[in-house]
Amino acid sequence: MVVLLSFWFVVSYLLGIVFVEPLNQFHLGGFPLGFWFAQQGSIYVFILLTFVYAFAMDRIDRRHGVDKSPALDSPKDSSETAE
Amino acid sequence: MTIQGWTYLLVGITFSVYIGIAIWSRVGTTSGFYVAGRGIPPFANGMATAADWMSAASFISMAGLISFMGYTGTIYLMGWTGGYVLLALLLAPYLRKYGRYTIPEFVGDRYYSQTARVLAVFCAIFVSFTYVAGQMRGVGVVFSRFLEVDVTIGVIIGVGIVFFYAVVGGMRGITYTQVAQFCVLIVAYLIPAVAISWKMTGWAIPQIGFGSTLIEGQYAGMALLETLDAIHRDLGLPEYTGAWVGGKKSMVDVLAITMALMVGTAGLPHVLIRFYTVPNARAARWSAMWALIFIGLLYTTAPAVSAFARVNMIETLNEQPYISAPGWFKSWEGTGLIVFNDRNGDGLIQYSGNADTNELTVDRDIMVLANPEIAKLPAWVVALVAAGGLAAALSTAAGLLLVISASVSHDLLKSVLWKSMPQNVELRMARIAAAFAVVVAGILGIYPPGFVAQVVAFAFGLAAASFFPILLLGIFDKRTTKEGAIAGMLLGIGFTAAYIIWFRFVIPTAGADQWLFGISPEGIGTIGMVLNFIVAITVSRFTPPPPIDVQNMIEDIRSPIGNRDA
Repeated sequence: MVVLLSFWFVVSYLLGIVFVEPLNQFHLGGFPLGFWFAQQGSIYVFILLTFVYAFAMDRIDRRHGVDKSPALDSPKDSSETAE
Repeated sequence: MTIQGWTYLLVGITFSVYIGIAIWSRVGTTSGFYVAGRGIPPFANGMATAADWMSAASFISMAGLISFMGYTGTIYLMGWTGGYVLLALLLAPYLRKYGRYTIPEFVGDRYYSQTARVLAVFCAIFVSFTYVAGQMRGVGVVFSRFLEVDVTIGVIIGVGIVFFYAVVGGMRGITYTQVAQFCVLIVAYLIPAVAISWKMTGWAIPQIGFGSTLIEGQYAGMALLETLDAIHRDLGLPEYTGAWVGGKKSMVDVLAITMALMVGTAGLPHVLIRFYTVPNARAARWSAMWALIFIGLLYTTAPAVSAFARVNMIETLNEQPYISAPGWFKSWEGTGLIVFNDRNGDGLIQYSGNADTNELTVDRDIMVLANPEIAKLPAWVVALVAAGGLAAALSTAAGLLLVISASVSHDLLKSVLWKSMPQNVELRMARIAAAFAVVVAGILGIYPPGFVAQVVAFAFGLAAASFFPILLLGIFDKRTTKEGAIAGMLLGIGFTAAYIIWFRFVIPTAGADQWLFGISPEGIGTIGMVLNFIVAITVSRFTPPPPIDVQNMIEDIRSPIGNRDA
């Protein structure tokens, strides 16, 4: 999780803001690179981070066998059926 | 068919769908009303969260803002998406694990204090009302421009629809309506963006077209972004892709605003409660990912739309005779959102970065709505955008109204004033509170306070400075006490509110040199958040530790086993 959060920090605050001007010397297609990170790349990385986290947590859950616990699979709130 | 005819047709169809869903999904329990019975699958919750989150500001105003700000518009793009990483990793799964219905409820239980609960209720209601006023204004703008009805009638129609499906359907009605609204708004956003990208660059994907070469108009053969930079230089404006060039925000301010928006997003109650509607913590993690994908679809398209619209607008209007200005120019002029002032009397529209010679003022809010017309797309596309704008505004308004209603009926009435209130009475109270909130929202939409834009900074600043640190410490630091939390929240809110009021309302003309560390009122929530953290942690170390059952509860929230549904 700390690793994922450091990616979040580096991409948005460092690549997208602090180092935007030096990065703009480089180009990605028609984009200045820093500008691309700020307005496109950062969002793609954010999506990737939430995916990696959900995926990794599922694996940890499986390894410890908690994904089979009945409570985790209960689809409905108990009070819903109580009424 | 005319634009107006198409708009009546599409708005009529979408509104009927929303009402149909509300009737189909009406609820009879408090659990159904507050958290949709916790039966929403992650994929659907992702769509609902996306619609809940993407407001009239995202749909109607954001691309226009970026269009005028260029690089600096990044604060919205990153600020309003990055918060979901924090939500997915740090808050959503844990809050879902805890169960319950509202955010003030978590704060009150975790900090074993009615004072903390009431403080949280106050923040939730304030933040939500601030936000809802902006949505209703969006509804009014769309109605008055495309259906040519009075803004008042437009707002009343919008209020009527939200009233119906929020009061009848509660959270379940809202959720499934939001799924439908997401589909409407994303289609409405993507179709014109794809069409314009295709026309201007030959690429159907706007995210690629954004970085490609123009194939039509007077700049054919040049890269889009280089063209924009060149046009801006010619007009005496700072370069579009330039970061720290004259007239734009400073680096420290951009950092602070981005942080405040991200953290504020992660602390907004109407977004957080969406994660209560899924079956378990695992589903909360996946629905955060789906939400971010659906939001990203619009947010990566928006900056492309901004760039296309900028080139198109300047190319279509600059140095053109006013008499032959296109139809859309005249219609928007009628609403007062485009103003042409022929200073040198030559009958030509001259756009310039120099305030003394500039003759054209375009309201930023109209760029997305006017874009399809500027690009000469067919009438049904224009109408679709109007329906999409309404979907964005109504879906967010409904989510906010539910927060207000739950805060009043559940947190104030049930938890503080009348603990033994039976469920059917609480449900009736929730409906009455929702109805009351809808009416207040409608009044705010008809008579918008002139400072809507300014108070939005308030909403994010307060959410960042109040909820985020308290929730994070509540989950990850067992030692944080009620005294620490209350002191942290009071200082965070007090500091942020005082700073915003001082620089927005008392001395609004103050420049960057008078700001603390050069941070504007939009970004000050970041400092408020840091103060909240410092005070909460320090005070907690000097006060008696939380009771043992609260410590056990925190252990339980963080353990992956089991699932509380109460």
